[in-house]
Amino acid sequence: MNAFDTALRVQGIVKTFPAVRALDDVSFDVRPGEVHALLGENGAGKSTLMKVLAGMHRPDQGRIFISEEPAILHSPLEAKRLGVVLIHQELSLAEQMSVAENIFLGELPRKNFGMVDWKKLYADAEAILQRLNCDFGPQTRVEDLSIAKKQMVEIARALTVEAKAVIFDEPTASLTDQEKEVLFDVIRDLQAQGVGIVYISHRMEEIFRISNRISVLRDGTYRGTLETVDTNEDEVTRLMIGRSLDTSRGGKVVSTGPVVLKVENLSCGDLFENVSFSVQAGEVLGFYGLVGAGRTAIAEALFGLRRLSQGKVVLNGQEITITSPRHAVEQGLALVPESRKEQGLVLGMSCRDNMTLPQIGNLTTGPFVSNGGEIAIFDRYRDLLSIKTPGWRQLVGNLSGGNQQKIVIGKWLAMRPKVLIVDEPTRGIDVGSKAEIHNLLRELAADGYAVIVISSEMPEILSVSDRIIAMYRGEITREFTADEVTEDNLVQAISGLS
Amino acid sequence: MSIMNKSSAARLWRQVVRHPIWFFVLVIFIFFSLATDHFFAFHNFQNILVQTSTIGLIALGMTLVMINGNIDLSVGATLALAASLAVDIQGWPVFESWGDWAMLPAVIAALASGIMLGALNGIIVWKTGVNAFIVTLGAMLGVRGLVFIYTQEQSFYAMNFAYSDFGSSAVGPLPTLAVIFLVFTVITHFLLARTVHGRNTYAVGGNRDAAVNAGIRVGPHMVVNFMIVGFFAALAGVTLSTQMGASTPNLGRDYELWTITAVVLGGTKLTGGAGNIIGTLGGVLAIGILRNGMNLMQVPAFYVLVILGTILIAVLFLDKQVNRKEDGELRV
Repeated sequence: MNAFDTALRVQGIVKTFPAVRALDDVSFDVRPGEVHALLGENGAGKSTLMKVLAGMHRPDQGRIFISEEPAILHSPLEAKRLGVVLIHQELSLAEQMSVAENIFLGELPRKNFGMVDWKKLYADAEAILQRLNCDFGPQTRVEDLSIAKKQMVEIARALTVEAKAVIFDEPTASLTDQEKEVLFDVIRDLQAQGVGIVYISHRMEEIFRISNRISVLRDGTYRGTLETVDTNEDEVTRLMIGRSLDTSRGGKVVSTGPVVLKVENLSCGDLFENVSFSVQAGEVLGFYGLVGAGRTAIAEALFGLRRLSQGKVVLNGQEITITSPRHAVEQGLALVPESRKEQGLVLGMSCRDNMTLPQIGNLTTGPFVSNGGEIAIFDRYRDLLSIKTPGWRQLVGNLSGGNQQKIVIGKWLAMRPKVLIVDEPTRGIDVGSKAEIHNLLRELAADGYAVIVISSEMPEILSVSDRIIAMYRGEITREFTADEVTEDNLVQAISGLS
Repeated sequence: MSIMNKSSAARLWRQVVRHPIWFFVLVIFIFFSLATDHFFAFHNFQNILVQTSTIGLIALGMTLVMINGNIDLSVGATLALAASLAVDIQGWPVFESWGDWAMLPAVIAALASGIMLGALNGIIVWKTGVNAFIVTLGAMLGVRGLVFIYTQEQSFYAMNFAYSDFGSSAVGPLPTLAVIFLVFTVITHFLLARTVHGRNTYAVGGNRDAAVNAGIRVGPHMVVNFMIVGFFAALAGVTLSTQMGASTPNLGRDYELWTITAVVLGGTKLTGGAGNIIGTLGGVLAIGILRNGMNLMQVPAFYVLVILGTILIAVLFLDKQVNRKEDGELRV
């Protein structure tokens, strides 16, 4: 047993970014040999806290202690030397290099004249791999390994120093059940060796299995720490979302408009299979499921970004085959993609230019784009969606996330689509704008649009949808009306349990 | 009155920050005017314009391609092919009875060759997805090889003096070649700044995925821009051969590098999405004035290269300092 009370402790951490206060007076600690789970919704500040712990962000205020020694972390390398290591969710390995080289990347052992000491490198790497019970050698090339084994290499990296605390960020996101067990064994071994573990995950079942304590963040503030044995999922959820989950949506009338979009037996490779559903004018249809369940792939296929292997798409009573996004736009489909910066916006262009992008072909006088026509459209949708921007010239990259998202939505509304598909409507958006966008989606439905919302956040899907389709591994497992859905049966449906 | 001055000063400063190259052009213009006797003369300005028109024409097309996020390294070779075609074809026996009109099919063939090579580059980039740098690097080597095969390593001379007379003719006070360059500069500026094609050029270069999602047909769009730069490279080949009354198979060597230098000096980003013709014009003039001025100061040619290389890096470094936008940039 270690002599220190805590392996890693932070006190009163404040971190502000230009648009948001990401962390507000957060305190948190991990004891040696403990698994401390960190929970919170997307945007609650988990990843910021993690980056502060690992030396990637400097906090504005607050103090960090490693084994009760005050520490100021300037870089991830410095944090690692002091014994704090972050295992990234996205693996950051040099694929073309050997396992040993990856483990010691940046600190390869040297001989005279700066030559790499290969013998020592492979011996040291071998020792670490054995500690993790890995069945591959140090000279294996990383690209030949499975994702689970790559993750082991990431963990091995953490062990080149005497690690005091290891932070796992959603480590099981892409692992099979078997691989998960191997990972849990490794975590237990580390625990036994007196390492403090910070474990970040959305999966309650895992957290209750392996953690000793659970801390919850909400909207950048610390909401408390619970002993795992003394609590239950309900209590943790309440802390996370700040209210008990009252999921009934009493009084909301289910739409009776005509069916606008109907799809039958849609399949696309191994992404999704035999998917059938329909959307009516005036309703919001929610798609809920884990990442990789096939929700986004369906949206992309409907929008012509993926080729369907079979199935029928009927729009307003007419069967259509969508071959390209351009074609989809002409047919009256619109897609607000899941990552607005990568897929939705041209950040270096002005608000107006982004807003009119799909239709400038129709806004010309003679050979030139009509300035007045463009500004009229921009003004109209700026007012309609209450987009806050100093003017149409403002570069979209300078707006807040919520306003950026409204630009993307406005861009498609201006096309007067028949079906509006919104993938992750509020990812990375602060809480206030979130509510605004939810209301907006409801209002659009009330105005007669057929709206499809895809989300990974349960509160979001529950609050905006009239009907919810649950997906698990590429298949629809169940369809709920707003009246019959509860948190429990929804979670079961997306875990393949029902 | 003072308010007017203040706001116009602010506007001027904004323009300087947006186009730092024009500030640089102003500085070197003043410097050479004071430092040498022969620089500040209308006759010399005419010279500079004619000298820069070759690189300048190519740079107009290159700006579009580079804002698209692509690049075209084959422009020098295309220029040589077009020049050879233009000079050779007008001497073909079939056109003997055409007189001066023999120049017409020759020039049309030359321009068409540029457009077709551009289309070929663009289609390969579109259909194979291979990086434009690699595709046009291959085209640069291959087309140059074709030029040597076609010309059998010989220079061609225009037998009709009307051809080279055109290269030294003038429209009013301005040399014809300078007028051609300026007219195309204005046209390309409006194409880029005001038309749908121009807007799509920025969108495709700024975020290709977003452009696809907005229903822009990215592939054909890029092909058009490659055709435009091919056209300009061929046009530059024609104008250059009228200046010399001849073509050589080695014509246009390193022009791709000069062109890219001018475009980048003018503020176009190698990563695409940003840039404009006003900046490119500044970049072209900066190089033209520097070469002309140093020549007049009798700086040996090799030193001129050293100085130009240094200035390229220095200007881009300053630009990065002034327009430091990417705050989250990783330190390397």
